[in-house]
Amino acid sequence: MKSSYRVQLAILVIAVISALLVGAILLLIVRANPFTAYRAMLLGPFSSLYGLTETAAKATPLMLVGLGIVIAFRSGILNIGGEGQMIIGALAATVVALTFQNWSPLVLLPLTLLAGFLGGALYGAIPGALRAYFNVNEILSTIMLNAIAQQVLVFLLRGPLIDPTEIAYGTGFPQTQQLAKGIWLGKLIPQTRLHWGFIIAIVLAIFVYIFLWRTVIGYRLRAVGAGPKAARYAGIPVERGLILAMALSGGFAGLAGIVEVLGIHHRLLDGVSAGYGFTGIVAALFGRLHPIGLIPASFLFGALVLGADMMQRAVAIPAAIVLTIQGIMVLFVVGSDIFIRRPEWVEKITARWRPKASQPAQPVALSSSAASDQGEPPRD
Amino acid sequence: MIDQLLQMSVIVGIITTGVRLATPFLLAALGEMFDQRAGVYNLGVEGIMMMGAFVGFWVALRSGSPWWGILAAIGVGIFMGLLMGLISITLQAEQGISGIGLYMFGVGLAGYLFRITVGYITGIEGFKPIAIPYLSDLPIVGQIFFNHNWMVYFAFLMVPVSWFVLYKTTWGLKIRSAGMTPEAADTLGLSVVAIRYTCLVIGSIAAALAGAFLTLGHTNMYADNISAGRGFIAVALVYFGRWSPWGILGGALFFSLVDALQLWVQVLGLNIPYEFAVMAPYVLTILALTVAARQIWGPAALGKPFNREGD
Repeated sequence: MKSSYRVQLAILVIAVISALLVGAILLLIVRANPFTAYRAMLLGPFSSLYGLTETAAKATPLMLVGLGIVIAFRSGILNIGGEGQMIIGALAATVVALTFQNWSPLVLLPLTLLAGFLGGALYGAIPGALRAYFNVNEILSTIMLNAIAQQVLVFLLRGPLIDPTEIAYGTGFPQTQQLAKGIWLGKLIPQTRLHWGFIIAIVLAIFVYIFLWRTVIGYRLRAVGAGPKAARYAGIPVERGLILAMALSGGFAGLAGIVEVLGIHHRLLDGVSAGYGFTGIVAALFGRLHPIGLIPASFLFGALVLGADMMQRAVAIPAAIVLTIQGIMVLFVVGSDIFIRRPEWVEKITARWRPKASQPAQPVALSSSAASDQGEPPRD
Repeated sequence: MIDQLLQMSVIVGIITTGVRLATPFLLAALGEMFDQRAGVYNLGVEGIMMMGAFVGFWVALRSGSPWWGILAAIGVGIFMGLLMGLISITLQAEQGISGIGLYMFGVGLAGYLFRITVGYITGIEGFKPIAIPYLSDLPIVGQIFFNHNWMVYFAFLMVPVSWFVLYKTTWGLKIRSAGMTPEAADTLGLSVVAIRYTCLVIGSIAAALAGAFLTLGHTNMYADNISAGRGFIAVALVYFGRWSPWGILGGALFFSLVDALQLWVQVLGLNIPYEFAVMAPYVLTILALTVAARQIWGPAALGKPFNREGD
C-alpha cells in the first residue's frame, strides 16, 4: 500500500524544509543571517527575468541527466556515473563537431547530438555490462569511471584538443576552440542563457514516459527493476536489460553534456559537468523517479543551485554549502521514503495529535482507513 | 626511465610509501567490513573520511596536538555513523542512495568548514615516526616496515584483531548472523538493530581515523579532495578481499603500492602524463572488482533493511 499523492507531496515538502533548516544552522555558524541567505536563495531565482531563465537553463542538464537516472533506477541499477557520462558524451560530440566543422549545420547538429548520446551511452554501457556479466557493483564502478573521465578530459584539453590560440598566446587555459556558430543551440529569449536545449529536455521527458510505461521494452526494463528473478522466469533477458538501461541512462547524460556545450559554453572546457551528474540524481529522486515528476523537480533544483549561488554572493559564504545542502536533502528525501512506503508510519505520528482534535472518534477502528481515504487512490 | 625505477633506493622508497599509504585503505576497509558483515552497506565512507581529515586537522591546528585531532575524528565518526544508522537502519532507506547522500554531505561540509575556519593551506605538527627498537635497524626491511608513525602500526594491528573479533568471539558471531540471517538472529533474541548500529559506528570511526591519518600522519596539512576517492576504493576492497580481514590486507597493500608508484612516477618526472598516473588506481579498482566479483560470496542480507514485519 502506498500513500496518496497529497500525503507524498506533503512528506517531500517537509523533507525539503527540514533540510533547509539544517542548512540554516550551518549558516548561523558563520554568523550569516539565514533569512537574508534564504531570501536570496528562494526568491532570487524567481524575482527577475534573469533568475527565471537562468533557473530554466540550469534545469535543462538536470532534466536530461535525471531522465537517465529515472531509466536506470527503474530498471534496478543505480547509475552514479552521470558526471563521467556527461564528460565523455561532451568529449565525443566535441571531437565530431570540430572534425567536421565545415559541414552544413543541418547535418552537423544532429550528428553532434548523436555523438554526444552515443559517447555517454557507451560509457554507461561499460558498468552495465560489468554488472550484468561480472556482478561488479555499479555504484563503485561508475564512481571510478567518473574519476577516470575527469582525468581523460583534462589530459585531452591540455594536450591534443587545446584551443590553438591558447598556445599562441601562451595562456594554456584547458579548453577547446569554439565550435562552429551554426550548430550552437539558439536562444529562446534573447540576452539570456535559456536555449533550445530546454525544449529538447521537456520533449524527451515525455518520450521517456511513453517509453517506460507504454512500450514493451520499457515494461520489460521496469520488470527487471521490480524483481530480476521474476523477470527471468517470465523470459525477460535480465542481462541485456541492465546493459540497455545503463546505455540509455549514460546516453541521456552524454546528451546533457553536449547540450551544455552547444547551448551555454559553445566550447568544451574543464568543469563542463559542474556537478549536474550528482544533482540530477537528487532531482530524479525528488521527482519520485517519474519522468514527468522530474520536470518540476529539475526546476526546483535548478532554482536551488542558482539560489545557492545567489545566496553565496549575498552573504559571502563558501560555495561548498551547496553540495552540503544537497547531501542533506538526499538524506532527508531517502529517509522520508519510509513514510510513503508505509503509511502506517505517518499514522503513528499523526495519531499523537489526532485524539484531542477529534475527540469522539474510536481510537482503534479509525486507524487503518484514515490515511488511504484522503486524496486520490494511488495510481501508477 | 625504467632504470630509474629499478634503482634500489627508489624501490625501497616506493615500498615504504606503499606500506604507509596502506593505512587509510586498511582502516576504512576494515571498518566497512564490519558494516557489511552486519548487513549494512555504507557508501558514505569517502564523506566520513573527508570530515575526519578536516576535523582532525583543524583541532590539531588549534590545540597544537595531533592527539586532540584524533579524539575529534573519533567524535566525527560516531556522529556520522549514528546519522547513517538513523537513515539506513531506523528509516530503512535504500542504502546505496543514503550512502551517496552521506558522501555529498561529508565532502561538502568538510570543504565548507575548511573555508570558514582556515581557508588556506597551512602545515601542522603531525605524528612522528616511531622506530621500533632493533627491528628498525634491520637492513631494508627495517626501513620498510618498522619506521612509521603509530597509526600505521595500529592499522596493521587491526587486521588480526578484526579477524579475532569476527571469528573467535560471540560478538563476532552475532555480527555475522545479523548480516546473514537477521530473522534467525532476531528469533534468538538478538537485537539486529543494535548490532547494526554498533557496527556502523565502529566502521564510521575507522573511516574518520583513515581520513585523519591523511592530515595528521601523512601530509600534515588539509587540502580539498585530500581523500581523492580512497573511501570508495576502500568499499571496493571489501568486495575484493571477500569480507575477510586477510583478503582486505592483501588488497590494501596492492592498492597502496600502486598509489605509491603513482606518486613516485610524478616525483621522478617520468615521461608519463600526470593524468594517466592519477587515474591508475581507479582503473585498477574496476579491474580488481571484475576479477574478484565473479563468483562472489557475501553477507546474504547485505543492503536489505531489517524490520520485524518481514518484508
